[in-house]
Amino acid sequence: MFESLSDKLEIVLKKLRGAGKLTEKNIKDSMREIRRSLLEADVNYKVARDFIKAVEQKAIGAEVLKSIDPGQLIVKIVHDELVALLGGKNEPIAPVDKSPTVYMVCGLQGSGKTTLTAKIALSFKRKNKKALMVAADIYRPAAVKQLQVLADQIAVEHFSLEGKKPPEICHEAVKYAEKNFIDLVLLDTAGRLHVDDELMTELEEIKALVDPHELLLVTDAMTGQDAVKVAEEFHGRLGITGVVLSKLDGDARGGAALSIRAVTGCPIKLASTGEKVSDLEPFHPERMASRILGMGDIVSLVEKAEETIDMEQAEQMQEKLLKAQFNFEDFLEQMKQLKKMGPLDSLLGMIPGVGKAMKNVQVDESAMERMVAIIKSMTIEERRNPTIIDGSRKKRIALGSGNSVQAVNQLLKQFNAMQKMFHSMSKKKFRGLPKGMMPGTFGNF
Amino acid sequence: MFNAFQKLKDSLSRTKDNILGKISEVVLRRRIDDDLLEEIEEILIEADVGVPATMRLIESVKKRARERKLSEGSEVVGLLKEEIAAILTQSQAVGSADSSGPVIWLIVGVNGVGKTTTIGKLATLFAAEGKNTMIAACDTFRAAAIEQIAIWAERSNVEMVRSQSGSDPAAVAFDAAKAAKARGVDILLVDTAGRLHTKANLMEELKKIRRVVNKAAPDALVCSKLIIDGSTGQNALSQVKVFTEAVGCDGIIVTKLDGTAKGGVMIAVSEELGVPVEFIGLGEGIDDLQRFDPEKFAEALFA
Ligand SMILES: Nc1nc2c(ncn2[C@@H]2O[C@H](COP(=O)(O)OP(=O)(O)OP(=O)(O)O)[C@@H](O)[C@H]2O)c(=O)[nH]1
Ligand SMILES: Nc1nc2c(ncn2[C@@H]2O[C@H](COP(=O)(O)OP(=O)(O)OP(=O)(O)O)[C@@H](O)[C@H]2O)c(=O)[nH]1
Ligand SMILES: [Mg+2]
Ligand SMILES: [Mg+2]
Repeated sequence: MFESLSDKLEIVLKKLRGAGKLTEKNIKDSMREIRRSLLEADVNYKVARDFIKAVEQKAIGAEVLKSIDPGQLIVKIVHDELVALLGGKNEPIAPVDKSPTVYMVCGLQGSGKTTLTAKIALSFKRKNKKALMVAADIYRPAAVKQLQVLADQIAVEHFSLEGKKPPEICHEAVKYAEKNFIDLVLLDTAGRLHVDDELMTELEEIKALVDPHELLLVTDAMTGQDAVKVAEEFHGRLGITGVVLSKLDGDARGGAALSIRAVTGCPIKLASTGEKVSDLEPFHPERMASRILGMGDIVSLVEKAEETIDMEQAEQMQEKLLKAQFNFEDFLEQMKQLKKMGPLDSLLGMIPGVGKAMKNVQVDESAMERMVAIIKSMTIEERRNPTIIDGSRKKRIALGSGNSVQAVNQLLKQFNAMQKMFHSMSKKKFRGLPKGMMPGTFGNF
Repeated sequence: MFNAFQKLKDSLSRTKDNILGKISEVVLRRRIDDDLLEEIEEILIEADVGVPATMRLIESVKKRARERKLSEGSEVVGLLKEEIAAILTQSQAVGSADSSGPVIWLIVGVNGVGKTTTIGKLATLFAAEGKNTMIAACDTFRAAAIEQIAIWAERSNVEMVRSQSGSDPAAVAFDAAKAAKARGVDILLVDTAGRLHTKANLMEELKKIRRVVNKAAPDALVCSKLIIDGSTGQNALSQVKVFTEAVGCDGIIVTKLDGTAKGGVMIAVSEELGVPVEFIGLGEGIDDLQRFDPEKFAEALFA
């Protein structure tokens, strides 16, 4: 959806190639692009303005290294500064070493609090800690039930009290935990608006009663400019100790992260990356910075690939490719694996530089569907040994798949070219690649 | 009617202190010049209107101020109001198609935006209008989602079709559409699981639900209504685009406008994608839903 920032800066700074230093004028022009990019990522406009000012100072007079072009240099300065602002490195969540340790979870409606309590409970269960999930949301229909179902799913104890107010429920839960050797108490509070004075007071009461070791604010990564006000209000009234960014598995650039960090100074500790109870990760400032800048997130891409692609199969495939034994059956398998990873557009968007390389190449999913249909109309023998596909076979395949003979020809030609290419490649060339990622295979189609 | 307007105004007046209302202050005793326009630009950005839509708004205000030879800062408000209302109006649907069978609304959107709650509100509203209303509990995935929608069905006193948690949502939708047809239901509201638009398999599942519903009740008028959280930033554009490609959204419902966020991104959505906003959600209560009126919305923003 967004043009890559590096591409835009390249245009702005084109004239600059060869110059030794960045001048104020070049920098002003590039800062405008960077500001725009930050705003497109939903960074609050005031935060963006302050950030730009700081970066501008750093950039003026910076030497353009011989090996690097001015656009890249500015992006690097901006990126490094962003990483620093986002906390530099991951800040871990408070240790579970009290008897009990208490985490309180709060935030706007629907931000992902209840799901998060289950995720945290599971992650500590895996470290042999005994967790207790507490249902302190007495307002939302079936909120208690939701927490109970999640707790049962991961076999973690849950706590609720009917007819009691949330502060009392939380207080009682902590007392219960003390008596029952619970290591970690997770308080799931109801979603509320930061401007709802009555409900914000309720949170203050809970905090005063249980004195939590970690007070987490959960924020939806898709949040716009309002994130600043929400975070300011929650932090102002409660003194939050950490932020969790949720729904990072989507395509939101997540500028809210920067806004929240800038106005509260609170570290972002965790990233919630899916609906499943295991979808929880430490927050990585480095990756977030790239994401906000729309520079692609190669780390996530590789992880996604590792997650969804059957590694053993992928390695076998790599072997086959190198020996040029790759056939249409393998090709089908690879398509299936790719499809599991999600729409191709969003995948390609994660790869830095691809935006530029593929500027005019529309990822045509229907073309891929067409190829799959053609291959599926081949007999097993034809798939394994495409050289036997003669004129009459082509006609049959075309008819069977609802395509023209030309389309079948084209596919065969591309396939041949691909096999040749792999044949001429030495094994060495694959070394630098992440395991299981095969170069060029989808770029060719 | 008056009460409804008052409520909208009250809710939005919070905004007034915070966002677009600032414009009314900023323009006082000022002349229309670049400085003023830049300040207005920032205010629009802060309302999530987005860079491109803001630029276009500013350009057209500039142009019209020139045409009408306006120079007073305060006159900018009127221009902006007109412009915003016009953008939001142009995407509004004209009339509604008739169908012999039931009307079926698939309620879709990303996670946690307020789909289930909105169904509770819609069911109440339609039932009060005397429509024979029914709910289908097709979120069979999320923990206690069926229990949640069941409570809303009870509150709105509307019949509900359900199945076991973990069962095929399309199968539930099929049964519900059949039942709606058989019982002469006027409108069937289908609750679906929250899903991010970037997840291909989940979007396929949604397409399947739509196909199955069409099959079960061929004479039904099937619509997809997309729920957008009012505090969403520029990602709303991506949501509207992808959901519309998948299941052809013909209307949007913006929720949580009782907060300080005002869903300014809907201006960009209307302008770029042309999907109309039909309702707005203003709280967690059963009556906190209103039909969207572009004029009043723009009016209330500056009131
Ligand atoms: N895709 C995705 N969905 C998530 C994530 N975290 C939570 N969800 C989903 O978001 C929706 C809301 O999550 P909840 O945990 O119920 O949110 P909550 O903050 O407890 O909501 P309230 O209690 O109503 O304020 C559910 O559909 C969750 O499955 C995430 O990281 N990614
Ligand atoms: N303040 C406010 N809260 C709302 C509004 N609409 C819904 N909510 C709250 O938002 C949270 C999520 O609402 P749901 O209706 O469960 O959202 P959903 O889209 O069905 O969520 P999933 O099915 O988990 O994807 C709940 O706490 C609701 O009470 C609204 O207009 N204003
Ligand atoms: Mg909850
Ligand atoms: Mg729901």
